[in-house]
Amino acid sequence: MALDRWIAFFLLLAFAIYGYTAFFTMDELLPPIMQRNPVWPSSFPKVLAIGGTVSALIVLLGFEKSSDPDAADINYRKLTQYKLGQALGLLGLMVVYALVLRPLGFIVATFLFLALGSLVLGERRYLIIAIVSGLAAGGIWYLVNVVLGIFLPALPSFM
Amino acid sequence: MLEGLMIGLTTALSTQNLILVVGGCLVGTFIGMLPGLGPMSIIAIMIPIAVTIGDASAALILLAGVYYGAVFGGSTSSILINAPGVASTVATSFDGYPLTRQGKAGKALTIAAISSFAGGTIGAILLLVFAPMLASVALLFHSSEYFALMVVGLSAIAAFAGTGQVFKALLMTFLGLALGTVGEGVLFNMPRFTGGILDLQSGFGFITLAMAMFALPEALYLVLDPDRSKQTGAGGKIKDLRITKDEAKSIAPVIGRQSIQGFLIGVLPGAGATIASFLGYAVERNLATKEEQAKFGKGSVKGLAAPESANNAACTGSFVPLLTLGIPGSGTTAILLGALIALNVSPGPRLMIDDPEIFWAVIISMYIGNLVLLILNLPLIPYIAKVLAVPRNYLIPFILFFTLMGAYIGQNNATELLILVGFGVVATAFRFADYPLAPLLIGFILGPLLENNFARSMQLYDGIAFIWQRPMTMVLLILAVLLILLPGFRARRAAARAKGAADGD
Repeated sequence: MALDRWIAFFLLLAFAIYGYTAFFTMDELLPPIMQRNPVWPSSFPKVLAIGGTVSALIVLLGFEKSSDPDAADINYRKLTQYKLGQALGLLGLMVVYALVLRPLGFIVATFLFLALGSLVLGERRYLIIAIVSGLAAGGIWYLVNVVLGIFLPALPSFM
Repeated sequence: MLEGLMIGLTTALSTQNLILVVGGCLVGTFIGMLPGLGPMSIIAIMIPIAVTIGDASAALILLAGVYYGAVFGGSTSSILINAPGVASTVATSFDGYPLTRQGKAGKALTIAAISSFAGGTIGAILLLVFAPMLASVALLFHSSEYFALMVVGLSAIAAFAGTGQVFKALLMTFLGLALGTVGEGVLFNMPRFTGGILDLQSGFGFITLAMAMFALPEALYLVLDPDRSKQTGAGGKIKDLRITKDEAKSIAPVIGRQSIQGFLIGVLPGAGATIASFLGYAVERNLATKEEQAKFGKGSVKGLAAPESANNAACTGSFVPLLTLGIPGSGTTAILLGALIALNVSPGPRLMIDDPEIFWAVIISMYIGNLVLLILNLPLIPYIAKVLAVPRNYLIPFILFFTLMGAYIGQNNATELLILVGFGVVATAFRFADYPLAPLLIGFILGPLLENNFARSMQLYDGIAFIWQRPMTMVLLILAVLLILLPGFRARRAAARAKGAADGD
């Protein structure tokens, strides 16, 4: 089964859960006073659940002949021929960044993210990496926190 | 009116005010490029500075400059790295980024600058002439008309439903609409589909979703396929900065139409620049010839000029209810209203009579702001486009960091970043499988507005009858149906004509 139909399958499951919530569980929580409204919180989701399920089924069952993919675009069947490791590495870095942003503070976390990101992509001029990442992390923090006055905790949480 | 114009000119053309408008434009442009900081937040940030100036006209002139600058700056990140930081520039990235991919970043930015200029200027002229009249018309728009307007906006998704993709586009729209229902709505005081997770209480953030749908998959594509970065004209050469005569000829009517349409939509409180840009895109695509239609979404100059002129004209239009009725039509004008009140000016019907110099100075400063923006930005474009010439190994971590910043800034919520990465991975899979992502975002933006206005109309008019009882609602809904059906009809007719049949009229 092609990827687009797998995705349609998962979306069908998602819409099934969404629809189940909308049709069977949501209305129980509705306070009596709101039950006199013509439109309930579950009304619109019910419509969406039906529409989503029908379109997902049509894609899943292949009723619509899909177009030829753009030749210049990435062919997911040959994903391993691309720089998959780098992409996964960067995604991993983003997750780590999200987790350490608070404990390490903005400046350290951003410096590490930018520097390690360049390293993952194969950059090996360490001095330039350090300078660029350092300047960027410090500069953006200064711009956002000091110039614009939007609070951005700079230091690790223990300091 | 001429007298008023003279008052406005003398106020706006003083040295101090000229410096303020230039400064405002520059600040707005540069901060507006950062995703996560839209016109609304930048104006909010600039208010303390504006208030310390003391003079209300000068403060408003500064803020108007910042506003225009920010709107233009937002388009820059949409065009260059496919990262729309504000909802009103989402439509800009549909065709702006494909142009960048073809190595025409300079041209795309030039078109954006010129369209913005034209949209803003035409908007300001309309504001000048029609403001009092339009204000009363805008009040005739009730929930039911807004509901119909949102349906018209949703018809923009037809632009992304190419051959063999109709149901994929529909599926994405439904998904976007469903994502929009997560969290606590305005109308119902109960959380929906949050799964008891507190971080979802206020729903998904727009910027998080925009970054995850557009910027992150694109950045991942650049990582996966290093050859891809080479095509974007990296290496420092920015070719094709100028617009050809043919292109100018083809976008001129687009800019004219969309400036007027965008302005009129901007006048309606609550509709604003986002709807104007989607509608502009949809309408222009439907008006275009078949060959041009095929180019929409793949780097059409028309597809870029339409939303850019529309959203700028709408920004100007949103000043109509603010200045004439004291009603802020958008988040940004609401903040401006706050600034006005802090400066001891009360906008409303009496503003033109009590403080004519403020009213006229604001309008004149809009012209000047637009002009300054054009003069400042046209020479800057080659340098802005040079961003793409930054070596890949540094540029990509920065783009990723920008997407993270956009979701984090102002919220200080790290969970938002995890949601961003999660959605980004899903969106990349969607792109692999050739699902169009723009309908998802359009659905997400318009969904809550659609639902709220529909629910409100149902309450106000006691049932569904408002659809045929209110003529304006009916007309808008018919327009939406036409916008959806017309492309298919035209395609069929063209096919029939190619066969030598059906030449009835």
